[in-house]
Amino acid sequence: MRIQNNEIIIGLEIHIQLTNLKTKLFCSCSNDYRGTEPNTHVCPICIGLPGSLPVVNKKVIEFAIRLALALDCKINNQFWFFRKNYFYPDLPKGFQISQYNKAGGKAFADGGKITIRLNNHKKDIILNRIHLEEDPARLVHKGSISTSPFTLVDYNRSGVCLIEIVSEPVISSPEEAREFLKQLKSIVQYTGISNLELEGSVRVDANISIKGYDRSEVKNINSFKEVERALRHEIIRQKNILKRGKKLIQETRHWDDKRRITIPLRTKELEEDYRYFPEQDLVPIEINNDFIQKVKSELPEMPNERSVRFRKEYRLTEFDSYNLVLDKNFADFYEEGVKSYPSFGFEEYKLYCNWLMNDISRWLNNNNKTIKETKITPKHLVDLINAIKNGKITGKIAKSFIPDLMVGVNVKALIEKTGKKRISDKEYILKIAREVITNNPDIIKDFKKNPRALEALIGKCMKKTKGRLDPELTREILLDLLSNKIKKIEI
Amino acid sequence: MELYNYMGYELIEKIINKEIIVKDLIQSAFDRIETTDNLIYSFINLSKDKALKKAKEYDIKIQKGKKVGNLYGLPLANKDLICIKGFPTTCCSKILEGYHPPYNAFVTERLIEQEGAIHIGNTNMDEFAMGSSTENSCYGPTYNPWDISRVPGGSSGGSAASIASGQAILALGSDTGGSIRCPASFCGVVGLKPTYGRVSRYGLVAFANSLDQIGTITKCVYDTALLLEIIAGKDPLDSTSVNIKVDKYTEELKKPLDKKILGVPEEFFGEGVNNEVKSSVKKSIEKLKSLGATTVEVTIPHLEYTVATYYLLCMSEASSNLARYDGLRYGKMSQNLKGDVYDVFSRTRNEGLGAEVRRRIFLGTYALSAGYYDMYYIKALKVRTLIKNDFQEAYKKCDFIVCPTMPSTAFKIGEKVDDPLQMYMDDVLTCPVNLAGLPAITIPCGFDSNDLPIGFQIIGNYFDEKGILNIGYQLEQELNIYRKTVPAIK
Repeated sequence: MRIQNNEIIIGLEIHIQLTNLKTKLFCSCSNDYRGTEPNTHVCPICIGLPGSLPVVNKKVIEFAIRLALALDCKINNQFWFFRKNYFYPDLPKGFQISQYNKAGGKAFADGGKITIRLNNHKKDIILNRIHLEEDPARLVHKGSISTSPFTLVDYNRSGVCLIEIVSEPVISSPEEAREFLKQLKSIVQYTGISNLELEGSVRVDANISIKGYDRSEVKNINSFKEVERALRHEIIRQKNILKRGKKLIQETRHWDDKRRITIPLRTKELEEDYRYFPEQDLVPIEINNDFIQKVKSELPEMPNERSVRFRKEYRLTEFDSYNLVLDKNFADFYEEGVKSYPSFGFEEYKLYCNWLMNDISRWLNNNNKTIKETKITPKHLVDLINAIKNGKITGKIAKSFIPDLMVGVNVKALIEKTGKKRISDKEYILKIAREVITNNPDIIKDFKKNPRALEALIGKCMKKTKGRLDPELTREILLDLLSNKIKKIEI
Repeated sequence: MELYNYMGYELIEKIINKEIIVKDLIQSAFDRIETTDNLIYSFINLSKDKALKKAKEYDIKIQKGKKVGNLYGLPLANKDLICIKGFPTTCCSKILEGYHPPYNAFVTERLIEQEGAIHIGNTNMDEFAMGSSTENSCYGPTYNPWDISRVPGGSSGGSAASIASGQAILALGSDTGGSIRCPASFCGVVGLKPTYGRVSRYGLVAFANSLDQIGTITKCVYDTALLLEIIAGKDPLDSTSVNIKVDKYTEELKKPLDKKILGVPEEFFGEGVNNEVKSSVKKSIEKLKSLGATTVEVTIPHLEYTVATYYLLCMSEASSNLARYDGLRYGKMSQNLKGDVYDVFSRTRNEGLGAEVRRRIFLGTYALSAGYYDMYYIKALKVRTLIKNDFQEAYKKCDFIVCPTMPSTAFKIGEKVDDPLQMYMDDVLTCPVNLAGLPAITIPCGFDSNDLPIGFQIIGNYFDEKGILNIGYQLEQELNIYRKTVPAIK
C-alpha cells in the first residue's frame, strides 16, 4: 500500500519558555535559572508550599499579547486559569496552573496563522489557540532515564512561564513542520519575548496520523531540529504497521532522542484524566483594547513585513528576502551594513546579501552559531565588498578571509597579512620579477660579474610589493629567470 | 478575678495603665493551659519559651515608652493551618509531621510581627479543617469546656475551646463551611467569618480555596472588631483579596440600631433545628427589636440544596488542593519505598491522610472526573449562583439576616463520627454563607437545658463587617451573658 504525503496529518503543540521575562509566572523568583545551583531559585509559591498563593506576573500578559498579535490571533478580553491535575515529582502542587478552552474556560487567544513557503508554494498553517501555563520542575537523570539509578528534582525551573501554541492538524509533511517552526521561531525572536537558542526553551508534542487511521501523540521533542526527525520516524513507523496489515491504535508515544525512535507511553484507555477545573486562587484577568492597541503600537516590524520591505527597498529577490529576515540579528546586520555606506546601490545590496546568504551562512551552519555569537561586524563586510571592488583583493581571496572575519579580524589587517601570503603565488612573483629585470639592465649587467647584485634585484621586487614577497621564493625565481636570461644572452 | 476572665481590650487597658505586665499575662495563660488542657486538649503545640521571652521584651519596651503594637502582648492561639515562620504547622495531619513553614501568613505577620500579639501555641482542629467536631485530628479530639463529654464543634475546635476556657485571649480560625462559627457557637464565644476576600488567605493552608476564609474567635465582639481592623485589607500576595476600605470597626460598634431591618428566613428555622435553639434565637431577635431594629420575613429558597452543593464543591477543590502532599519535599514520606514513584506517593498519602480526608479526596476526584464533571461540579457551581442570588434578593428587603448558627448545641463525642452524612447536615445554616461569600458572625445568645451555649448568627451583605459587628455588639451588651465562664474543669 502506498501512502501519499497529502494523506499525512500533523498537528503540533509547541511550548515556549518566555525566557526574556525577569521573574517567573506566579512569583518573583528569577526566571533565569540556567546554570544555577539546583533549588536555589525557589520560594514558597513556586515549590507549592502549603498556604502559598500564585499572583500573575503582569509582564506575562504583555508578552503574550505581543505574540498573539504577531500570530494574528484573536485575543480574548477576559481569560482565567485552570488547574490541570496529575501526580508527578516535577509538579510540586500536584497540579499545573494552565488554561483550558473547554468547560467554560478560554484560551489566552484563539486562531491565528503562520504562512510558510515550501518549494515555491505558500501555505497558511492555521493555529487553534495560544495559552499560558507554568513550567514544571526539571528532572535530572544520570545518563538515560531508563537506566539512571536515581531521579533528582531541580525546582529552579518550576513556575517559569510557558506559552503553548497549538496548531490545527493541517501540516502535511515533516518539511512543512520544519518550515512552520522556522517561521514561528523567527516571529518569537522578533517579538522579543524569548531567546529560543537557549537549551530547553522549546518543547514540542506532535499529533501524527495517516488519514483515516488513529493518531498517535509523540511527546518530549526537545528542540525544533528534532521535530522533523521525530515526525519522519513516526510516519515510517505508522506506514510500516499498515504495510504489514496491522492496526494503528490511538496512543501516546515518547521521542527518545538518544535512540531516535518513538516508544509507546500509554494507550487511549490509560490516558490520564486531568480533571481540569478553574483555578480560583486567581481572579479572571481583563485585557482591555486600549492596552492591546498600546502593545500593538510598540510591536516591532515582523519578519513578513520586513521581507516585503527588503524586496522593495533593496530590490532583493523574494527568496533572498524571505530567508534573510528569518534571523532578526542577521537581517539587522544586513541593514546596518548596507546603510552604513551611502554610495552602496542595488548592486552592492545584492552583493551584500549574497555574502551573508552564502559564505557567512555556510560558516554559521558549519560552526553551529548565530551571527550574534560571532565577532564579525556589518562594517567588516562593507570593507570586504569595497576591497574587491577596488581591486585590492580577488573574490577568491575575499572568501578565504571569512573564517578570520568571523572571529573579529578586520579586512585591512587581513589584506596586509595576506599580502605576504602571496609568496605562494609563483606566477605573481614571476610577473614582478620580470618587470624588475626588464627595468634594471644595469643591475643585470653587474650581476654577471658580481652575483651579490641579486640582493639588489630582490630588494627592487620587495619595494614594488611593499615587502610582501617571500624572499627565498623570490630569490629562486629571480635566479631561474636570470640563468635563462644569461643563457639567452650567451646564445 | 483571674486574668483569663478579662476581655482582651480590658487587659490592654491594664497593661497601658501598668496594672499588670505582659509577662504575668502570658504566664497566666500558660498556667491556665497547664491546669485545664489535659482535659480539653485545645493545643497541640505550645510556644512557651519564645512567648515568655517575647513578653519580657515587650515589658522592657513598654517601660521605656516604646511601641509594642496595638495588641500589647495579648496571648494568641493559632489554628494549626495558618503558617507561622519556623513553628510546626501540621493541619493536624500525620502527612505534615515535622513541617515548619519558612514564612509567615499575612495574618500572623500582621498580628504577631506588627501589632504585638504573642503566639502561645497552635490549636487542634479537624485534619485539614475537614469536620464539624474536631474529632478528625491525628492528635485525637478536643473536648468542649462547657461539658467535656461533648465536642467543641469544628473544625476550629481547639481555637474556640481555648477562648472559652480562658487559655487564650485571642484566637485565629478558618471557616470554609462553618469551621469558625460552629465551634464558636458550641463553645459560647464570638466567631467571625469575614467576607471572602476581606482577609488575605496567604499562608492559610487551603482546604477549599474558593470557600476558605480566615477569621477570629474571641470572648466578646469588641475584641473581634479589634482583630479585624488589623487583619482586614488587600494583600498583593492574595489575588482574591479585595481593595475595599477597612472600617474602624471598634468605633462603629456602639451606633444605635435605629431602623436597621433584620431579615428572618423561615428556612433557617426549619424542622431540623432544635426547639431550644429556635426559641433562644427568636428571643434575641425580640431584644434587637427592642433596641430599635425592625424585622421582615425573607426567604432563601435554595437552602435545601446548600449542603449537597457545598460538599460537592469543597471536596472537588480539596482533591486538588491536597494533591501536593506526596512526602517528596516536606512532611512525612512512607518508610516503604518499594515500587515506582506512584506506589510511594500512594502509600505516603494512604498512611499520612486520615479517613475523612481520604473520603473527601475520593469524592472530589470523582466529581471532577471526565463524564461526571458537568453532572456534579458544573451543576454545583450553578446552584451556588442560585444561592448567591437568593441572598441578594433577600438583601433588597433587609440589611441583615439573623438566624441560628447551628441547628443544635454541642453533641456528644463519638455521637456522629460513624455517620458522615448526619455530620455534614450540621453545616446547613453556616455553609450557605460561604457559598455566597458573605460575612457572618456568631455570638452566644443563651443556654439550653443542659447549660450548653446557643449561637446567634448575623449574616451581612458583602463587606458589611461593620454592620454585623454593630448588631452583634448591641445584642451582646443587651444579653450580657458574655462574661459567663465555663464550669470548673475537672
